[in-house]
Amino acid sequence: MAQVKYSKEHEWIRVEGDIGVVGISDYAQQQLGDVVYVELPAIGKKVTKGGEAAVVESVKAASEVYAPVAGEVVAVNDQLTANPALINSSPQGDGWFLKLKLANKGELGDLMDEAAYAKFVAGLS
Amino acid sequence: MDKSRGRTGRTTAGGAAAEIRTESGHRGLQFEEPLIFEQGAEGRGGVDLPPAPKVAERLGGVRRKGPIGLPGLSEPQVIRHYTRLSQKNYAIDSGVYPLGSCTMKHNPRLNEKMARLPGFADLHPLQPMQTVQGALELIDRLAHWLKTLTGMPAVALSPGAGAHGEFCGMVTIRAALAARGETRRRVLVPESAHGTNPATAAACGFEVDSIPADARGRVDLAAFKAKLGPDIAAIMLTNPNTCGLFESDIVKIAEEIHRIGAYFYCDGANFNAIVGRVRPADLGIDAMHINLHKTFSTPHGGGGPGSGPVVLSAALAPYAPLPYIVHGADGFRLVETKEGKAQPFGRLKTFHGQMGMFIRALTYMLSHGADCLRAASGDAVLNANYVLARLKDVMTPAFDGTCMHEALFDDGFLKDTGVSTLDFAKAMIDEGFHPMTMYFPLVVHGALLIEPTESESKDALDVFIASLRSLAARAKAGEAEFFHAAPRLTPRRRLDETRAARQPVLRWRPPAPASQAAE
Repeated sequence: MAQVKYSKEHEWIRVEGDIGVVGISDYAQQQLGDVVYVELPAIGKKVTKGGEAAVVESVKAASEVYAPVAGEVVAVNDQLTANPALINSSPQGDGWFLKLKLANKGELGDLMDEAAYAKFVAGLS
Repeated sequence: MDKSRGRTGRTTAGGAAAEIRTESGHRGLQFEEPLIFEQGAEGRGGVDLPPAPKVAERLGGVRRKGPIGLPGLSEPQVIRHYTRLSQKNYAIDSGVYPLGSCTMKHNPRLNEKMARLPGFADLHPLQPMQTVQGALELIDRLAHWLKTLTGMPAVALSPGAGAHGEFCGMVTIRAALAARGETRRRVLVPESAHGTNPATAAACGFEVDSIPADARGRVDLAAFKAKLGPDIAAIMLTNPNTCGLFESDIVKIAEEIHRIGAYFYCDGANFNAIVGRVRPADLGIDAMHINLHKTFSTPHGGGGPGSGPVVLSAALAPYAPLPYIVHGADGFRLVETKEGKAQPFGRLKTFHGQMGMFIRALTYMLSHGADCLRAASGDAVLNANYVLARLKDVMTPAFDGTCMHEALFDDGFLKDTGVSTLDFAKAMIDEGFHPMTMYFPLVVHGALLIEPTESESKDALDVFIASLRSLAARAKAGEAEFFHAAPRLTPRRRLDETRAARQPVLRWRPPAPASQAAE
């Protein structure tokens, strides 16, 4: 079963083998409001843990999406370019951003699981 | 109850106005104005031109084949169109404009009068130098005032506005590092800095390293110290910062940044809060831009252009861009090429900067004098603190204590009301005010940033405050629907911002002919 982990910057990563699917959490999309634009990285780009992986822009603000772990971008969700609303309607499903080939699986240990993230978010409001 | 002015809330038009239907679409003096392309008819015109003389055809294959499709309008139609559009605009000339971080202060009419003097207005930038001595003296005098007010030895006047000034400062820093044979790659930018700061650093090829704000809304000093290292080129800090707070550790930050051989860039967009009170040189700053269109009352927000001179420390002065003015035996002279020991990094504009803004800014300085420039910064801070003090029991200040020139609130007071910062701002439009800056700075949840400027009287602020108090009370009383429907009294109701951003319509297209439409 694929495990989903969360960063403090509100990205999620779902790991399947040595590939991680990355997106932003439901809390993040709620905070951003309607997403109107997404900038995705080039395939093959190497990202560091906590480094900028994508940019998301809503009616309220533009913000970076950080890579929760280091890796190489092996796929991006091209559907988001034409239909950024997917991030609002399905942040952890069709609204995924990119797939990373993980550089170091050990980094996943620094992230929160579902329960820990829920607790973290509850403490923010 | 707010009785400061003996005003009671008036329901002049109220919600009913939205329901009154008129045949013309006009609502009294609020005109419904179609696009200019939707008016007029082909062949109509305001001037009677003779038929064009026959000339030899030299256009070849690029000759236009169909009509260009411009609307034909008479002169009064054109004048009415643009007058009506201007009436839909909200400007500092029509009311309180509390847009935080933007300093929408009054633009004195004396500035305009001086800028229109033919001796300035009719100059050409390529005129011989001996025929423009007055203009050069004016630029030199402005430079003197800027250097005196900041305590800095040099100023680059050509940057076109704030972000251009940041670019100028950071390129100067890069040039100074290059002259030392160093290529440092990282620039520290606190979260409480202006959003253009990280953008500028990135545009100049640096890597941006963010420093978190502490619980007081200021730079987290420990986090800052932890980031110091030999690869740091500079820090870009805004003071007073975007939370409207003075960075109280700024001298310590300057010492630390200099200790590692890096430079200190300060975003001076908020200089209007400290003019005549703090000299940036005394804080250890190496480069700072000054928005003439904020601090020194030149127009902006559509009426610009902006102007963003950059003052430089002795360490950076040799790398200042061209051109600059020197005064010698033959009068004033514009230096346009490298001379002497100077190592200019290049130039930023074709000509010499925003001359019209230099005239207005110097007029503001000379008409106020040193004493009243100091009084203006004091009044700007006093006004912001008056707003903060009068609203803090019904809204939630983002930070404890007093503020500088802008009062910052978070959306805590709207919690569980179903009203968002956006809804609250829209309701302010019905109250006749331009909304405050919202959702910025990002470090504060649902931020509402109010900058009244020194231009507003206590009477004007009391009306503004009474409106906000009344809105805050309505939000708490559970009138969420009222807010969701706002604005009601504007030419257009709430716009679909999401659709506008996702599917922008960037140009008008003629409607399809009736025959096609029927198909």
